[in-house]
Amino acid sequence: MADNNTMTTDQRNIMTFDPQAHEIALSTEDLHVFYGNSEAISEGDLQFERYKITALIGPSGSGKSTYLRSLNRMNDRIATVKGKIMYRGLDINSNDIDVYEMRRHIGMVFQRPNPFAKSIYENIAFALRQRGMNKKADLDEIVERSLRQAAMWDQVKDDLNKSALALSGGQQQRLCIARAIAIKPDILLLDEPASALDPVSTSQIEDTLLELKQNYTIIIVTHNMQQASRISDYTAFFNLGKALEYAETGDIFTNPKVDLTNDYISGNFG
Amino acid sequence: MNAKRVDKIATGVLYAIAALVVIILVALLGYILVQGVPEISWHFLTSPALSFEAGGGIGIQLFNSFYLLFLALLISLPISLGAGIYLNEYAGQNTITGLIRTTIEILSSLPSVVVGLFGYLFFVVQFKLGFSILSGAFALTVFNLPILTRSIEEALANISDDQREAGYALGLSRWETVTKIVVPAALPSIITGVVLSAGRIFGEAAALIYTAGQSAPALNFSDWNPFNISSPLSPLRPAETLAVHIWKINSEGIMPDAKAVSAGASAVLIIAVLLFNFLARWLGKRLYKHLTAE
Repeated sequence: MADNNTMTTDQRNIMTFDPQAHEIALSTEDLHVFYGNSEAISEGDLQFERYKITALIGPSGSGKSTYLRSLNRMNDRIATVKGKIMYRGLDINSNDIDVYEMRRHIGMVFQRPNPFAKSIYENIAFALRQRGMNKKADLDEIVERSLRQAAMWDQVKDDLNKSALALSGGQQQRLCIARAIAIKPDILLLDEPASALDPVSTSQIEDTLLELKQNYTIIIVTHNMQQASRISDYTAFFNLGKALEYAETGDIFTNPKVDLTNDYISGNFG
Repeated sequence: MNAKRVDKIATGVLYAIAALVVIILVALLGYILVQGVPEISWHFLTSPALSFEAGGGIGIQLFNSFYLLFLALLISLPISLGAGIYLNEYAGQNTITGLIRTTIEILSSLPSVVVGLFGYLFFVVQFKLGFSILSGAFALTVFNLPILTRSIEEALANISDDQREAGYALGLSRWETVTKIVVPAALPSIITGVVLSAGRIFGEAAALIYTAGQSAPALNFSDWNPFNISSPLSPLRPAETLAVHIWKINSEGIMPDAKAVSAGASAVLIIAVLLFNFLARWLGKRLYKHLTAE
């Protein structure tokens, strides 16, 4: 566990990091998200430490997914996002950011597995080729490495030309993870990646994420509190569009400061 | 009456209605095929029509039908694809796109004889294209555009947004996502739509009577220079199609075997349209299979 002295918690129960001791991969400042006129996120400023897993938990409609999807601007066409999203000293929520380039640094995996209607190999190689990588040897190498990192190489190495749609749900989701990490993002956003999967696939995905933590900053939205406590280093609790508490995962689950957090993790609502 | 009994009666009535539809269709098809198939021979399919003597064929009409179909699709497919992509992927839901959609719907229910008269005034008279393949192809385009646009738009709309998000999340632009992910995934249903509309075009008569004309001048099948008027490829020659030929024989045919020619031509037309339909299904299924499990 990290040294507590380098983290401070303000009166709102939101933890901030001492930039000297922690490398911050991503943070939001004064972020507000609107769907039409209704405000979906009114208070949710968090800092995310590099090479850690941060879990966003909260009941349905709490805004945790909206918050996550705002981080790589997947909400651009659906919602109005105001405020700053700081990545490497750059406000990526500003208009002059090349959104497509930014998303190659901040990748995303969705709730429902969404492989392309292409072969397993093409699912991974496709986006690389679109960016001018055409050498077969390079592509082969990245495809293999990504599938290994997603812990599915051994299962599919002989079927790379088979359609990705023929895979099981759990395998499809791991393929989506492999596809996301193939373009070597810095940060991986996951929106309830295991909620549509069976327990075995879920635990495989969790193992994969713990492996990936060495090289990626991971932010994961989850409904599953056991999952949050099993894999995350930090946890933020969202309710009604606000981040009510943000702390080390151990603290959140054993010693929550906010009553609502306590209620939620004890299963009293949500 | 209890629910079970009502259900049984409803099931029976529905079966009867379905059976009626099938019987009518089978009877119609059967009649045309039984009357016409005996008339079909290689000679019938390849030789030119005769106006006053027996023994004429439908060779030129058959070629004209395929050539017009090809040209009409060549013109309407790119436009429909562009319009379908625009409507489903780029245009939002607002008053203007609502208006466009309503217009397309109205156009698609326009009687084809109206399309034909419009084509006559616009392409034949105004643009001085005369009764020609080109006038016919344009009229067929007008006839085909709304329906093809609709079917392409629907094919694209059936692709889940998950696919688009997957593209965006990988840093692909909207254009890349649409052209490389959404359109390929929708390809089986797009192809099905195209082939089905081809069947409609192939059997169309009213839109062509006043545009492609009602005469089938002799063609020189050894001359493939489109600029020669007797070349089969010439776009400015009048070109009676199979469907128009059937209409014409039945209204003013004076050859002694008019009945037989008409029956044979009808059978060929029906068989061609049926083939288009089977082809559409087969291609759609095959492509889908190809995409989902190689």
